[in-house]
Amino acid sequence: MVFSVPKRSKGYRIRREIYKTMTVTRHCKTSYREDMKLFQSPSLKVSLSALFIGLLVFPFIANDYLIYIINLSGIAIIGALGINILTGYTGQVSLGHAAFLAIGAYTSAILSSSLGMSFWLTMPIAGVVAALAGLVVAIPSLRLKGLYLVIITMAFQFIIEHIIYHWENLTFGDKGIGVPSVTIGSFAFDSGSRFYFIILFMVVLAIIFAKNLTRTKTGRAFVAIRDRDISAEVMGVNLARYKVVSFVISSFYAGVAGSLYAHHAGFIGPDHFTFFVSIEYVAMIIVGGMGTIPGAIYGAIFMTLLPEGLRILSDALRDSFPVLVVRFAALKTVIYGMIIILFLIVEPEGLNGIWQRVKVYWKNWPYTY
Amino acid sequence: MTIEKVQLLIQIIVSGLALGSIYALIALGFVIIYKATDVFNFAQGELMMVGAYFCFAFSTQLHLPFVYSFLLTLVFSAILTVVIEAIIIRPMVGKPMLSAVMVTLGLSFILQGIVGLIWGYDEHKLITPFPDQPVSIGGIVISYQHLWTLITTAVLLIIFFIFFKYSRLGVGMRATAEDTDTAFLMGINVKRIFTMSWVIAAIIASVGGVFLASVSYVKPIMSFIGLRAFPAVILGGMDSIPGAILGGLIIGVTENLAGGYLDHLLGGGVKEITAFVVAILIMMVRPYGLFGTKEIERV
Repeated sequence: MVFSVPKRSKGYRIRREIYKTMTVTRHCKTSYREDMKLFQSPSLKVSLSALFIGLLVFPFIANDYLIYIINLSGIAIIGALGINILTGYTGQVSLGHAAFLAIGAYTSAILSSSLGMSFWLTMPIAGVVAALAGLVVAIPSLRLKGLYLVIITMAFQFIIEHIIYHWENLTFGDKGIGVPSVTIGSFAFDSGSRFYFIILFMVVLAIIFAKNLTRTKTGRAFVAIRDRDISAEVMGVNLARYKVVSFVISSFYAGVAGSLYAHHAGFIGPDHFTFFVSIEYVAMIIVGGMGTIPGAIYGAIFMTLLPEGLRILSDALRDSFPVLVVRFAALKTVIYGMIIILFLIVEPEGLNGIWQRVKVYWKNWPYTY
Repeated sequence: MTIEKVQLLIQIIVSGLALGSIYALIALGFVIIYKATDVFNFAQGELMMVGAYFCFAFSTQLHLPFVYSFLLTLVFSAILTVVIEAIIIRPMVGKPMLSAVMVTLGLSFILQGIVGLIWGYDEHKLITPFPDQPVSIGGIVISYQHLWTLITTAVLLIIFFIFFKYSRLGVGMRATAEDTDTAFLMGINVKRIFTMSWVIAAIIASVGGVFLASVSYVKPIMSFIGLRAFPAVILGGMDSIPGAILGGLIIGVTENLAGGYLDHLLGGGVKEITAFVVAILIMMVRPYGLFGTKEIERV
């Protein structure tokens, strides 16, 4: 008697996955060490170096507007990597990311404008203060998960917004704070193309740290908590400790991103860190692909380019649909909502998932796998 | 304590109850949807806002009598919700919590944007048959809108109590909330139950929206009240209908008390965040709310 394996059985799927990995990387991995390598293939090293050189040359050839957009994307990447660690890797959903950005931005702005401290000091301080705030939120949240955590972080967001509006001696309320530009000695990073290099440096640092974090014990503990927290606890993962660590790292990233935002914009007010921004950051990692570092990067770039693209589009249609220009904010809101829903329903793995599939398709062409 | 102070206190509590009953209506919608489908609807405030805009369109823009436009509002909200549920929410049932939350947040963006595209962002006055003069009962002044809000909430609650207890559909909804799989195996049309729970939630939200609009204005920002109703859900427990109502009333009164007595101590705007502070405090003591069932999880 012959037993035929059903086509969609688990064994079939696992074999298919193995073949996929083998053909994509073009070389078989024989040890865990190889599997965990930072650069999975020699060609990746080459392409990343090329990308890096391209990014170094970029500000000398691009115009101010493009540099401005890229700077914003860079700041968004750092913030998105932060929430990706908390929500994407550890599975703790937060709708209060903008509050941590606000704490970082205001710390940096107040220290540098009122006390005249240097940016090189205020940026790490901003990160640390935001991380401490993360600690304050994380400890009472240890008993909570799922929806209750969503609401606690949302409440935190509104409370921070309220404090910014009403503690006028410190934050100047809705008048906002002007932030001085960054200097080293007599060299001022006062233009977008100069500040670009600071952001680029921080983004590279943030990516390397996040990538390495996922390869450590801590990173694996995060993923275990996300996949099934009770099982993780049974296996010996200290839930309380790793949840707090995840919160702290995530809010440190947000603090640094906020500090960069403040010094890049030169002015911050409470409008820059609303609940909407928090949702935008969660949307970034959903659109890009949850729990992957390239996903956070693609998502951050996509969500930064989206409003600019919409603005160009509505300007182009100004003559035929004058309503669009008047009601631009409403149109933007509708498109945001649609993009979030479309990605969740049609492409839950996000842009990164699409990119991986395209890669596999071309590597294997003309075979399906 | 002088008599004026006591009267002020009672006044604050009564208008707090009126505000709280709107929170209770929104929280009730949350709980009905959550119990039946396990989806937590962040767009409840937007459903309320859309209801208010429907009523505004019928009564003020098309000059229909208020009662007819109120009924038409309920019908249109129900139709809109059936469409939304079928297209957007159905694929999300059984998906991870984050996906469900984000889909409803996306839905709230879409509804906000569409309302903004059609009606713009200006405030509009909803013309209602309620007299402008407030009514005075034993020295306590209360506006007709607040009085009607309280009465309607009470009537709705009695209707829903009877509906859930005795009607076939209501019993089916309770069975589905208890255990979806078993209810399905017993021959209950679970899909219809899911749709019905969204429709009921939307109708309740529209009622709340119309009353809220009659006290203030019709404006897109009124959906923010939906977010402020979350603490009510937390307070009462996510799966408890009496909890939602009591939670709503408590939050409404607490907000008004804080607004009345703490505003000059802590600077303006205390009212807006009181609910969230209460929610955080409650979650530290009772993470599953006053009446919610504690979730027992197995590996």
